[in-house]
Amino acid sequence: MRVPRVLFAGAAGLTLMLTACTTDAPDDSPEGGGGAAGLTPDAEWFDREEFEAQLAQREATPEGPEDEPWMQAINPEWTDTSAFVHDSPGDATVCFSNASVSNPWRVTGFITMEQQVEALQEEGRIGEFRVSDAADDDNQQISDIQAFVDSGDCDAIIISPSTTATLTPAVETACESGVPVIVFDRGVNTDCMVTFIHPIGGYAFGADAAEFLVEELEPGSTVLALRILPGVDVLEHRWAAAQEVFGDSELEVLGYEFTEGDGARIKDLVSQHLQRGEVDGVWMDAGDGAVAALEAFEDAGQPYPVISGEDELSFMRMWKEEGLTAVAPVYSNFQWRTPVLAAGMILAGEEVPAEWVLPQEPVREDELDEYLERNADMPALHYAKFGGEDLPGYPEAWTER
Amino acid sequence: MTPTPSPGTRAPQDPPARSPWSALAAAGRGGTATVALLLALVFVVIATQNPSFFEGPPLMAFAKKAAPLVILAIGQYLVIVSGEFDLSVGSLVGAQVVVAARLIDGEESNTLPVIGLMLAFGLVVGLVNGLVTTLLRVPSIITTLGTMLILFGAVRYWTGGAPTGALSESFRVPGRGGIEGVPLLGQIPWALVVALVLAVAAVLLMRSPWGRTLVATGDNDLAAAFSGVRVWRVRTLAFVGSSLLATVAAVLIGGFAGVTAQVGEGLEFTAITAVVLGGVVLGGGRGTVLAAVLGALTVEALFTLFNQLYLPSTIQPSVQGLIIIAAVAYAARRGGLRLPERPRRRPDHPAEPELGTSRR
Repeated sequence: MRVPRVLFAGAAGLTLMLTACTTDAPDDSPEGGGGAAGLTPDAEWFDREEFEAQLAQREATPEGPEDEPWMQAINPEWTDTSAFVHDSPGDATVCFSNASVSNPWRVTGFITMEQQVEALQEEGRIGEFRVSDAADDDNQQISDIQAFVDSGDCDAIIISPSTTATLTPAVETACESGVPVIVFDRGVNTDCMVTFIHPIGGYAFGADAAEFLVEELEPGSTVLALRILPGVDVLEHRWAAAQEVFGDSELEVLGYEFTEGDGARIKDLVSQHLQRGEVDGVWMDAGDGAVAALEAFEDAGQPYPVISGEDELSFMRMWKEEGLTAVAPVYSNFQWRTPVLAAGMILAGEEVPAEWVLPQEPVREDELDEYLERNADMPALHYAKFGGEDLPGYPEAWTER
Repeated sequence: MTPTPSPGTRAPQDPPARSPWSALAAAGRGGTATVALLLALVFVVIATQNPSFFEGPPLMAFAKKAAPLVILAIGQYLVIVSGEFDLSVGSLVGAQVVVAARLIDGEESNTLPVIGLMLAFGLVVGLVNGLVTTLLRVPSIITTLGTMLILFGAVRYWTGGAPTGALSESFRVPGRGGIEGVPLLGQIPWALVVALVLAVAAVLLMRSPWGRTLVATGDNDLAAAFSGVRVWRVRTLAFVGSSLLATVAAVLIGGFAGVTAQVGEGLEFTAITAVVLGGVVLGGGRGTVLAAVLGALTVEALFTLFNQLYLPSTIQPSVQGLIIIAAVAYAARRGGLRLPERPRRRPDHPAEPELGTSRR
C-alpha cells in the first residue's frame, strides 16, 4: 500500500514539468509574439455593429438640459406613455428590484437614487418607494419581481437585472402585469419595458481606455490588461473593444489577468509582471484596485505606467498627487437617478425615450481638478460622476454612508 | 464501542518529540520532508521559467505576499491538529480589514486603537468558535461555517454592501514596508519578519507541554480527557489562536494592498489547502507546524508558477481542490490517516457525560 515518497514527488515534479511545457503557447500569452496575438475579440462577446454604434454615440450631442446629464438622451425615440397616467402620482407606489449593492459603484448609485426619490416625493411626483435587494442572486431577484407583481401594489416597477438571459422571463412577467416597467444598467433580451436606461456601454468604456494608451505610449511599449472576471457581458464588451483597438496599434499586449477586483491579487500579479520585464501601460476593465496596481510599481521602484482606471476617487486622488498620465473612463454612475425620474414622467403621462442612452464621457486630465474639488469631502470609494450635487441630503447622504 | 484506532493505521506515527534530534526525525516521517521536497521542486520549475526569481527583490516580494498565508496556516494548523476545522478565518480577515478601514477612515491617530480593537474582536470570535464547539457540542465545521456567514453578512449590513473609509499610512507599514536598503535583498519586508517570529513561536509552542496536549487531544480526545486534559479548554485556546493569527494576517493583508470589497475571500480554503498539503491530517493528532508552514509556501509558490505560465487565476480554486484530495489520498495510502467511517470523537459512550461535568 505504501507508495515510495520519491516516486510520489517524482510524479508530482514530472507533472509540473509537463504542464510547464504544454502551456507555453496559449493564445493569451503573446510572449515575444509581437503583440497582435490574442487580440481578436471573442465572437461571443463582440458585435461589430454595436461596437461601431457605441463609438459613434460618443461623438453625438445628446438631447436634454445641458447641466443635467442624467436627463439627457442620445438619439432618443420618444414613446407615448399616456396609457400609464396615474390619477394622483403622489400616492403611486414605485417598486425597485435591485440586483445588489455589492460594490462601491452600486452603493454610490443607490444612495443617489434614494435621494432622488426623496426629491420626487417632496414634489409629489411619486409616492411610496419599495426596494428589494437580490444580493447578486438571480433566483432571488426572479422571486422579488414575482412578489412585486403578486402584491398588486406597484404602479411602476424598476428593475436593475443581475444577469441578462436569466432575468429576461421575469422582466416579461412584470410587463405582462400591465404596469410600466423600467430597466436600467444591465440589459435583458426583451423590449417589453417602457424604457431601457443605460449609458453608452461597455465598448465605449473599453475603447476610451485603450485609445488613451495607444495615444500616450510609444509604439512597441508593453501593456498589461487587468480584468475582473470572465463571462460578464458589460466587462467582456470592455475587453473586446480594447482588443479591437490594441489589435490595430503598435503596442505589445503582455497578456491579461483576472483579478476579481481583489487588491492583494492585483498587486501580486502586477509585481510578478514587473519582475519579468518592463510594463509601460496598464489597461483596466474597472477601476477597483487601480491604486493597488500603481502601488506595485511604486514598491518595485519603477516609474508609474500610463494607466486607465475609472472615476473612483481613490484612483483620481492618486492621479493628481503623483501627476500620473492617466484617464478615467466612466460608466456613468448618475444613471441611478434616471429610472426614478422616468417613473415620475411615466406616471404623469410624459413621453420617455424607448431606449434612453445616457452620455458617458471619461474624466480627462483637464477636468481632473474640477472633479476632485467637487468631491473633496467624499470618501475614497466614491465615484466622481455620481451627479447628485443638487439633491436633498447633499453631501451628508454620500459622505456618511 | 470504544474508538480505539486499529494498530495497523497507527503504527508509523510517533509520540511527540522529546529532543531536537527526535523532533527532526519525527518531522521527516510526518510529511515535512515530502512537502519540503515538493516546495523545492516548484521552486526549481519557477527558476526554469524565470531565472531572476531568486535574485533577492523578487524573492522578498514573494515572501511579502506569502507571509499572511503562512500565518493563517499556523492558526489553521492549531485547530486542525486538535481535531477541528476553522472555516471562519477568510471571513474574519475580510471583516477585520473592512472594519479597520471604516474606523480608521484615514486618520493616523486611530491606527493603534483600531489594531487593539481588531485583536479584541479576533479574541471574541475565537472564544465564540471554541466555546460553541466544545461546550455546546456543535461540530466545528458547522460552528465556523456559521461564524463565517455571520461575519460576512454582518459586515455587508454594517457597510451597506461595500467597504467605505480608508486605512492610514501607518496601518499599512507592516504589510507593505520593511527594512530598506539591505544589500542583495533590497527590502526585508516586515511581513516576513512577523511570519518568521510567529513560525518560530509556533514551533516552540508545539514542543511545550500545551502543544503536546493539543496534539494528544486531536489524536484521541477521550484518552486525553481520561489522562486529565481539559479538552474543552485546549480546543478553545486553539480556536482563539487561529482567530488571533487571522487578525495578524488581516493587518498584513490590509497593509499589503489596501481595502477592497473582496479582501479575504476564500482564504479559509487556501489555508486548509496549505495545512493539508503539509501533511497535517484532517481529524487531528498528526503533522508538524513546520510542515504546515512549508505547505503554505508551496501553495503560494504554485500560484506564482501558474501566473508565470499565464494560467488564468480563475483556475486556482480547482487546483486547491485537487491538492486537498491528492494530499489526503496520499496521506491515507501512507497509512497516516484514520478513515472517516470509523467513529472517533464524541462517541456514544456512557462515561462521556460524566467527563463533561468534571471538565467544568
